[in-house]
Amino acid sequence: MSVLRVAYENCDGCGACVAVCPFDGVVLEEGVPRFGAGCRVCGLCIDACPRGALGLPGEEDAGDVADLSRYRGVMVVSERAADGLDPVTLELMGEGRRLADALGEALSVVVAGADVDAEARECLVHGADRVLVLDHPSLAHFRPEPYTDALEGAVRHALPSIVLMAGTPVGRSLAPRLAVRLRTGLTADCTSLEVNERGELLQTRPAFGGDIMATILSGNHRPQMATVRPRVMPRAGRLPVTGTLERLPFRPDPEYPGRVLEVREKPAADTVADADVVVAAGRGIRRAEDLDMLHRLADALGGVVGCSRPLVEAGWLPSTQQVGLSGRTVRPKLYIACGISGAIQHVAGMRGSERIIAINPDENAPIFDVAHHALVGDAYEIIPALLDRIEERGDARAV
Amino acid sequence: MHIEFVALVKQVPRTGEVEVDPETGNLVREGVAAQTNPYDLHALEAALALRDRLGGTVTALSMGPPQAEDTLREAFWMGADRGILLSDAAFAGADTLATAYTLARALRDIPHDLVLAGMQTTDGDTAQVGPGVAEFLHIAHASYVLRIEEADRREVCAVVDAGDRVQRVALALPALLTVTREVNQPRLPSFRRRLATRDRPIETWCREDLAPPEGEEAYFGLEGSPTWVEEIFPPPGNPEREIWRGRPGELTDRLLAQLEEWKYL
Repeated sequence: MSVLRVAYENCDGCGACVAVCPFDGVVLEEGVPRFGAGCRVCGLCIDACPRGALGLPGEEDAGDVADLSRYRGVMVVSERAADGLDPVTLELMGEGRRLADALGEALSVVVAGADVDAEARECLVHGADRVLVLDHPSLAHFRPEPYTDALEGAVRHALPSIVLMAGTPVGRSLAPRLAVRLRTGLTADCTSLEVNERGELLQTRPAFGGDIMATILSGNHRPQMATVRPRVMPRAGRLPVTGTLERLPFRPDPEYPGRVLEVREKPAADTVADADVVVAAGRGIRRAEDLDMLHRLADALGGVVGCSRPLVEAGWLPSTQQVGLSGRTVRPKLYIACGISGAIQHVAGMRGSERIIAINPDENAPIFDVAHHALVGDAYEIIPALLDRIEERGDARAV
Repeated sequence: MHIEFVALVKQVPRTGEVEVDPETGNLVREGVAAQTNPYDLHALEAALALRDRLGGTVTALSMGPPQAEDTLREAFWMGADRGILLSDAAFAGADTLATAYTLARALRDIPHDLVLAGMQTTDGDTAQVGPGVAEFLHIAHASYVLRIEEADRREVCAVVDAGDRVQRVALALPALLTVTREVNQPRLPSFRRRLATRDRPIETWCREDLAPPEGEEAYFGLEGSPTWVEEIFPPPGNPEREIWRGRPGELTDRLLAQLEEWKYL
């Protein structure tokens, strides 16, 4: 994999790099240098380039405070679902637009993939000022290495002050690679974003797996990068198109070390995120067998069982059922929290539920801060009795 | 076959026992019960299982304060061959960029064909260090691995979570994988191995051992971290709640009536 970086906006295709290279590591293609397997990263071409267009990653003057003002605007990195733009992109654009307006700067959206015209248009009709398209067969499936190269090109081309990416498995695989490439700060899974008068991004997230919120800055570096928790920010609406569409060059390395052999739809086991009713278990549930009563209650209510992280760590329930920061975000119509203390890590994943009932013997349990109905009591007494009552009703009805 | 496996492991505070220094916003580790990051046990298990099947060695690599030795000791009890702890005051306060740099720097001096890490830690929850290490090393990575299908000297095949899809990928070695909890069931530490490894040393490497090249001297710890914690605060409250108190029977009646009113029953 080539590690040299090309600032395409500075390159005039003079070929000085090709002439100086002793290893045949670089050729001119379509008027710009492309580095191949021969490149030893010796740096001769970096010195030979008359326009300073070549460098090692991170050699860029990103840390130079005097130069921070060169970086302007908010860039959103779009994400694709099986059938077009992933809705999380519209959430990023909604938030990106608000931040861009606060800064008085522009909102750009990067669309990377293969045959992405429809997605690019979607971004335009949802209010992007500038859509940057990286369209290439080698980007057909997500792979961290080519996507990092492609996005690095987009960032170095547009020099945004802020880059927002989705807090999805794909976004959270890609963003840290890109942040290292750019030698800049990255904050994971933000639930709230603001900018201050110095143009610094205030990135707020539940922190330390527990009981606090933290606001994180990376104001001495650009771009300021954050991944954003899905299903938290409001989506961008449709607007009259005023933005422009730009196609960026992308020259893939012929020797990327990763291949995608197969892509499958995920099996529909991910029910906790889709359920209308979630009966959730926490550490107050003392044994794996005791989950049975919650499964019975969930069945009676037409819902599914979810849980907080300790139960997944104990191996009692699969991680697909985990609600919280490191699990799923859910917004069911009814959420019944049984024996859940309410660490922020968990609350962040369920506070958007329409109705929240919490059962906990500790009146000061933080789960009661977000509950609409706070039952101060023991789930071990209330749930079995409730199941008995439900059964009686059923019997009565049958008679 | 001889394959060099490296498992990245981190000692974390037990869930729910976290404290934060209100001055610095940094994690206070003293006096808090510690454990190995649960996700990293799956990474270690993956490395051990592949070594047992294919041959090779497993090195457990960690960065942290001196007491993080406990986590490497536990790795020995599970079957790791070598344990290296990166520990130096100069590493303190590292964010994910500086942590990834420090680990990658050490990996230049540790033979590695396949590097495995947990998909995230339970204290930071960022999932950023693994991919960051891969980028610093210029090697391939896959995050959120659900299953490791096969590996040999040249390549590893794995199934990864890609949101609404799963991907089967093949990565040329050296490569780095971050694993989910679905990938395996970690073995328990064994008493026999505990005795057998009682005298096995844990290597401790400091900043000087990592010999940063010119221009990278400031890549460690707080100094090498672009992000900082500006503020910490408790989460917002909820003024609309109703508190229900009473005997369990009364609470049950009220709950039943409420669920009926909402037409769930």
